[in-house]
Amino acid sequence: MAQVLLKELNKKYDEVHAVKDVNLHIRDKEFMVFVGPSGCGKTTTLRMVAGLEEITAGEITIGDRVVNDLPPKDRDIAMVFQNYALYPHMTVYDNMAFGLKMRKFPKAEIQKRVGDAAEILGIGELLKRKPRQLSGGQRQRVAVGRAIVRHPQVFLFDEPLSNLDAKLRVQMRAELKRLHDRLETTAIYVTHDQVEAMTLGDRVVVMKDGLVQQVGEPLDLYAKPINRFVASFIGSPSMNFADVVINEANGAVWAESSGLRIKVPPARVERLRAYKGQHVTLGIRPEDLRLAAGADGDYAFDTVVDVVEPLGSEILLDLKAGSMALVARVDPTVRVKTHDTLRLAMLPERLHFFDAGTEQAI
Amino acid sequence: MVIERRWKRWVYFYIPLSIFVIGTLFPFYWMLITAIRPDAELYRSWRAVNNAPFWTLHPTLDHFQDLMAKTTFPRWLWNTFFIAVISTGISLFCGLLAGYALARLRFPMAGALGTSIFVTYLVPPTLLFIPLADIIRDFHLGNTPWALILTYPTFLIPFCTWLLMGYFKTIPKELEECARIDGATRFGAMIRIIFPIAVPGILSAGIFAFTLSWNEFIYALIFLSSPERKTVPVGVVSELIRGDIYFWGQLMAGALLGSVPVALVYSFFVEYYVTGLTGSVKG
Repeated sequence: MAQVLLKELNKKYDEVHAVKDVNLHIRDKEFMVFVGPSGCGKTTTLRMVAGLEEITAGEITIGDRVVNDLPPKDRDIAMVFQNYALYPHMTVYDNMAFGLKMRKFPKAEIQKRVGDAAEILGIGELLKRKPRQLSGGQRQRVAVGRAIVRHPQVFLFDEPLSNLDAKLRVQMRAELKRLHDRLETTAIYVTHDQVEAMTLGDRVVVMKDGLVQQVGEPLDLYAKPINRFVASFIGSPSMNFADVVINEANGAVWAESSGLRIKVPPARVERLRAYKGQHVTLGIRPEDLRLAAGADGDYAFDTVVDVVEPLGSEILLDLKAGSMALVARVDPTVRVKTHDTLRLAMLPERLHFFDAGTEQAI
Repeated sequence: MVIERRWKRWVYFYIPLSIFVIGTLFPFYWMLITAIRPDAELYRSWRAVNNAPFWTLHPTLDHFQDLMAKTTFPRWLWNTFFIAVISTGISLFCGLLAGYALARLRFPMAGALGTSIFVTYLVPPTLLFIPLADIIRDFHLGNTPWALILTYPTFLIPFCTWLLMGYFKTIPKELEECARIDGATRFGAMIRIIFPIAVPGILSAGIFAFTLSWNEFIYALIFLSSPERKTVPVGVVSELIRGDIYFWGQLMAGALLGSVPVALVYSFFVEYYVTGLTGSVKG
């Protein structure tokens, strides 16, 4: 059990600056998820915590020890790899026992720990098999088991679910969550899948181009993205964006573009007035659009249905409003066809505005 | 499913295969039949009435007995074995470490170093034996087994290094990273995880190295002079062809016995050897 501190962490390869000035405090027992597109530096950061990559500059502390110069074996961590990295020439038992044997645990203790872990993960009957005789899901469990028998201070997960099929992935996701609640060990989890990040993380770190964009609890990230990148990366289907111009008329502030005229909610007027006459980016999530009713006048606009995607529990509508394309998530009871005209309204308290230049939230 | 016509299978598969098999095995058959044919049949005119070149009705082990009793063949066999085993051992050891380093460690000029090691393998022994002979003489190693044990690695190490480097590259690096996190040092991970997985590659490198040194001719011919120090390939040729007389029976008996160990080594490890060359990544 330990906290992990990253201080001004940097990684440079010959040409590439892969991780830039990352500062992060991962609390004890926290499940921290790093998420971002490929090449954003999340895996490199994890590998630096593991000791598999040299640290160019900065400091990593695990517990109360600075680990910069410690080899991986002395950092008291366990890691689960994307391809599981099971030792093919050893049985499942030996795979799980390897770390304990290397640390010279007594045999009885090893047997007990491997037995316990196998029971937790439901792989008790596989202990005598070799990795190649296991299915993908079973290998995944063995890889997790190999990590938990050691009772390390920190678990590191490097996209552990991405080699599984969709159904198994959802199942293992829930299992990992349950496991973390049970073991109460600090965990750092790297993924490119924002759904995994949202569902697993106590907190989520969104990274892009080696920079931390935002750190926060999943729902905070979702509700209050700090910039346009986080807004578009978190959530599926992703947020709709429209290029609008801010105007003032009739004692109110308006965001306008062709086919769209939205009143800026009173709470936001203060800050947006400064952008009068300028372009800003308006963002609205698909589920924050609803069929317009009489009272929605200031937030309503007309759209033409382009594609209807019924998913059963909901319907996704690809729509056109003027030159803008957007997606709306509506109830499955809504009956619409392609080319229908539909009047939609935005939920005023869920509007997002981003600076067109810096892309920061306004 | 396409049903192939029978004649097509014959024309495209069985007949070419048979030609290949016969072409490969006939020299061995000829070697065997010559080794057990009595001298009277061997040196008979080709046009003699009862000449039967492809078989013999009076098989004999005389040539083998002569080989064992009248020449130092057993000694040659031992020399060859001794030299091949030790030089293979040295080369494998160096090749393992060098191959691992080139495949895994990040250091400046790694790529260039790998290529230059391979280039040394391409320098033909016919060029190399002249400077090597000089070195052997300076170290007073001429006419000792060590002359060969120390020169064979000049081509065996590059060979082993390259074969093993290729094999190590097929092993996912996460395996040893995981071992290092699990508590092994880099060296420990190499010994406990990578080498056991690389056994097919190591075996095929070993077999190849063993065969190459077993069959090596030119260095053995140059660096060894006294009959009792010779290796099989050199001994058979230099001691059983006296002047212009070929002792065909003994030559072939010697060749046969000389190739038996190699054939045995191959047949024992043939499966490993194939996976070693094709590379194998097991999940």
